[in-house]
Order: sequence, then C-alpha cells, then structure tokens
Amino acid sequence: MTSPAPIAEPRETPRPDPAAVPALSIDGVSHSYGPRRALIDVSFNVRPASFTALLGLNGAGKSTLFSLITRLFGIQTGRVGIFGHDISRTPGEALRLLGVVFQPRTLDLDLSLTQNLLYHAALHGISRREAAARSAELLARIGLSDRAGSKVRDLSGGQMRRLEIARALLHRPRLLLLDEPTVGLDVKARADIIRIVRQLVTEQGIGVLWATHLFDEIMPSDDLVVLHQGKVLAQGPMGRVITEAGAQDVNTAFMRLTGAQVMPGGGA
Amino acid sequence: MSSITSRDVPRGFSATEYLTCLTGIVWREGLRFLHQRERFVSALVRPLVWLFIFAAGFRQVLGISIIPPYETYILYEVFIAPGLMAMIQLFNGMQSSLSMVYDREMGNMRTLLVSPLPRGFLLFCKLLAGTAVSLLQVYAFLIIAWFWDITPPPIGYLTVLPALILSGLMLGSLGMLISSGIKQLENFAGVMNFVIFPMFFASSALYPLWRVQEGSPYLYYVCQANPFTHAVELIRFALYGQINWISLAVVGACTIVFMIAAIYAYDPSRGLARRGPAGGEG
Repeated sequence: MTSPAPIAEPRETPRPDPAAVPALSIDGVSHSYGPRRALIDVSFNVRPASFTALLGLNGAGKSTLFSLITRLFGIQTGRVGIFGHDISRTPGEALRLLGVVFQPRTLDLDLSLTQNLLYHAALHGISRREAAARSAELLARIGLSDRAGSKVRDLSGGQMRRLEIARALLHRPRLLLLDEPTVGLDVKARADIIRIVRQLVTEQGIGVLWATHLFDEIMPSDDLVVLHQGKVLAQGPMGRVITEAGAQDVNTAFMRLTGAQVMPGGGA
Repeated sequence: MSSITSRDVPRGFSATEYLTCLTGIVWREGLRFLHQRERFVSALVRPLVWLFIFAAGFRQVLGISIIPPYETYILYEVFIAPGLMAMIQLFNGMQSSLSMVYDREMGNMRTLLVSPLPRGFLLFCKLLAGTAVSLLQVYAFLIIAWFWDITPPPIGYLTVLPALILSGLMLGSLGMLISSGIKQLENFAGVMNFVIFPMFFASSALYPLWRVQEGSPYLYYVCQANPFTHAVELIRFALYGQINWISLAVVGACTIVFMIAAIYAYDPSRGLARRGPAGGEG
C-alpha cells in the first residue's frame, strides 16, 4: 500500500483492488418498530463514483434505512459499512466520509447561508478560516454566492435544497445520501439539483445513494435498488433490472416487481 | 478514481476539533437566541414582574431576619433576586429541552447528530450552549435589578459566574432528561405544571427556609431535598462572594447524575418511530 492520498484529490495510483471496498455496504439489515417490520434482511452495495437510485414507494423503508446509515437509530440486525468502517463500531470514521441531505429541511431559517455552513463545518471540527474558504467555494458552485449573507428564510425551496447539498459537501465526504431531495420542487429546480449531484459523481468520484419514487430521475447508467415493503426486490445496473423483470422500461419493471399501480407520467 | 481505506481517515479527533465543535454549537445557539427577540424579552419580563410587583406587594408581609450570607437587614426584593436568577435558568433549561423535542420532531436534531464527534460530547455542547444563553439573560436581569437597588458587592458579579454555570448545567441536564421522556411536543404543558412550578415554589427562592419550617415541617423537608433550593442558595452565596458548600455539593452531584442520565437516555428515534422517520413513512 502506498501512502494515502488526500481525500480531496483523487489519484490514479493503482491500488490493490479499489472496487473491493464499497462506498456503502448494507449487509443483512433488518429493523422493527415494535411489532412492525420496516426492513427485512436488506443487503446491497453502493460503488464509489456511482449513482445508485433507491427506488421505493412511500413506506417502503427508505427513510428508516437512511436513519440507520446515519446512526440516528441503532442497528438491530445486520451491518452497515461506509468505506469499510462499521457505523456501529467506528461511527466517527464512518460519519466523516458521509454527507447527508435529509428529506425534511434542516436549515436554521433565521441564520444566513454562510452562518448555516459555518455551523455545519464546526460540527465536523473544521477550523473557522478553512470553513469560510470552503463555504465561499461551495456557494459559488451552487450559484448562490450573491445570497451568502441573506437569511435562509428568504430562499426558494430549490435554493434551500442546493444549500443543503453544499452543506453536506463541506467536510468533503466520499459518499452522499439524498432522501427524496426533489420532492416539492418545480421542474427547473429539480433539474438543477440532479445536474449538480450527477456532476459530483463524474467529476469528484463521489458515491451517491439517491432515494426517490420519481422514475424520470434515473438514467440508464445508474444502479438500481428496488425496495418494497422493507425488502429488496431487485438490484443491479438499470438495464439488467429491467431485463430480468421482463419489462421494457423502469415503470413497467417496477410495477411487475412490486405489483404496484404506477401513475402515468413517471411517478409511483 | 480514488479509493478510501482506513488509512485515509484520521482516527479519533484532536482537541482542536472538539473545541471548534463546542464553540460552533455555542455560537449558533447564541445567534438563534438573539434572533428570537420575543424569547429574550419574555425571559426578562418574567422575573421582572416578580421583582417589581410580587416583591413590592410582599415586602410588608414577609419580614426577613438577618441570615447568611446577608449581614444587614435586607429588602424582600434583595432576598428574592437570587431565586429569580435561578428561575431564569430553570425556564431556560426547560425551554432548551422543549426546543430539543421540537428539533427532534422537525428533523433539525439530525444535523447535530450526524456530526462524527461522539454523541455524548455533542449533547454536552448543547447543554453548555443553553447555559451560555441563560447567562446572557441572568446578567441582563442583574443590570436592570441594579437600578432597583439590588446592589450586591461588585466582586459578586464575578464570583456568581461559576455558580451560574453549574446551576445552568444542572437545570439544562434536567430539562434534557425530561425531554428524553417526552414522546411528543404536546405533552410539554405537563412539564410546566409538574416540574417548573413545584420546583420553584417548594424552594428557598421566595421565602427563607426557616419561615417554611415554622409553617410546615414537611414542606421544609421537601424544600431541603429539592435541588432547585440548592441552586438558589449556591447563587445567593456566590453573589456575595461566599460559598455554600452543601449547596455546591448537591448541585455538583445532581449535575453529574442528571447529565449522565440525560445523555444515556437520549434516543433520537423517539418521536420518529411513531410516525416513521422523516415524516415520510406510516
């Protein structure tokens, strides 16, 4: 093994087997709320520098899974690893590599954009000076530099989401989780969010797990995980999942797998 | 593409990282407090109403003999000032815990808890931040009280600080412990009735304990066992540059017990499990 590269600068030095360590590994995870079983023996991986869509209806168990990956809930059965770090045993190391955008908005509305970012940076132990530099850089990337001093309350829904993505990237994670990040946004704002996140995959090699029930957000090159009533029904590259379901497109494949009624127009 | 191995991630955290995190949490809590002007005003109005109205009315009813730490006869206003300072902290502690229940329901708590630093440390920072906010309120109260002839020795303003930090931590931990037992926001009104009022009235905040003993020996024992009494006495003595050792021991021990229990009992899944996390699942 050569000396480790700084996390921020991907190198081309050959490693023993880079693909051997998945960005995220979910291994036999089950979870119950009292008698109700929310997840049943869920296993799948997210590869580094890949876009994995976690597809499921409301109530499929997506948010429970996110709460387990982020250590909000204790793991009852199974194992969650982030680049090989077990979230239960070494949460500090695992969480350092993880960025999250939760489904509910989690910004301080009365603080400015910069203040929100600085707070998050402090939570990761990033010094004030470094945090200020990174905040400015990320605000430029999401096109909100001119709003840096505004209160978050004055932003639109799409702008808040972009800010949350910037916040999740402050500590330079290598895995990004997004829980239905485009819910409630207009067409333009949705397209912006999707573009920004896909750039992160191709340009920075970040592994992305994107929970959604909107099929039009998925591209042929993506990996799919179909979660239904707490179980993984199918997983793999999008083309394979569709073929194995004996379908022509994602909508039909999803419908065949889950027996769900799919609305025309790309949403379940 | 890069791959990450365990060697790429620093193990553990440096003291600087802990300190950055602590100051960041305190700074954010302070900013939020300053933005909530109504909260600041109501936090000040409450003790001032007691001071200006209640104390003025009771001045003639309650005679105060010379008891330590006072060296002369004092006005009733002067006697209840430390109790009101502790009351500010009591309300602030409960309000912080209320906001923690709210944050938990709304999802804001997640931002804090996905920090890679140890969860116990994060909650401790949160308590310290709540205490810092209570200090702002108490000193604002002391400034106004000074114009109302409540004039402790100048050094008292400094010596009371450590006492206030300790009592603030104790009451904040108690609030956090209670909040971990509250399943939903609506139950919080019960806290007012069952925690704040009994703690405040069954204490030495409004009347000296020897007076209570004359009236009801049983109530006297209840007051003695009430940690809030000792928070009040700790503040009262410290405001006059003295240490009440018994109160210091009680408040110190209660702080440790409440804090450990609160951190141990804190369960972020509570309240979420009821509706499903993120409000998205049933």
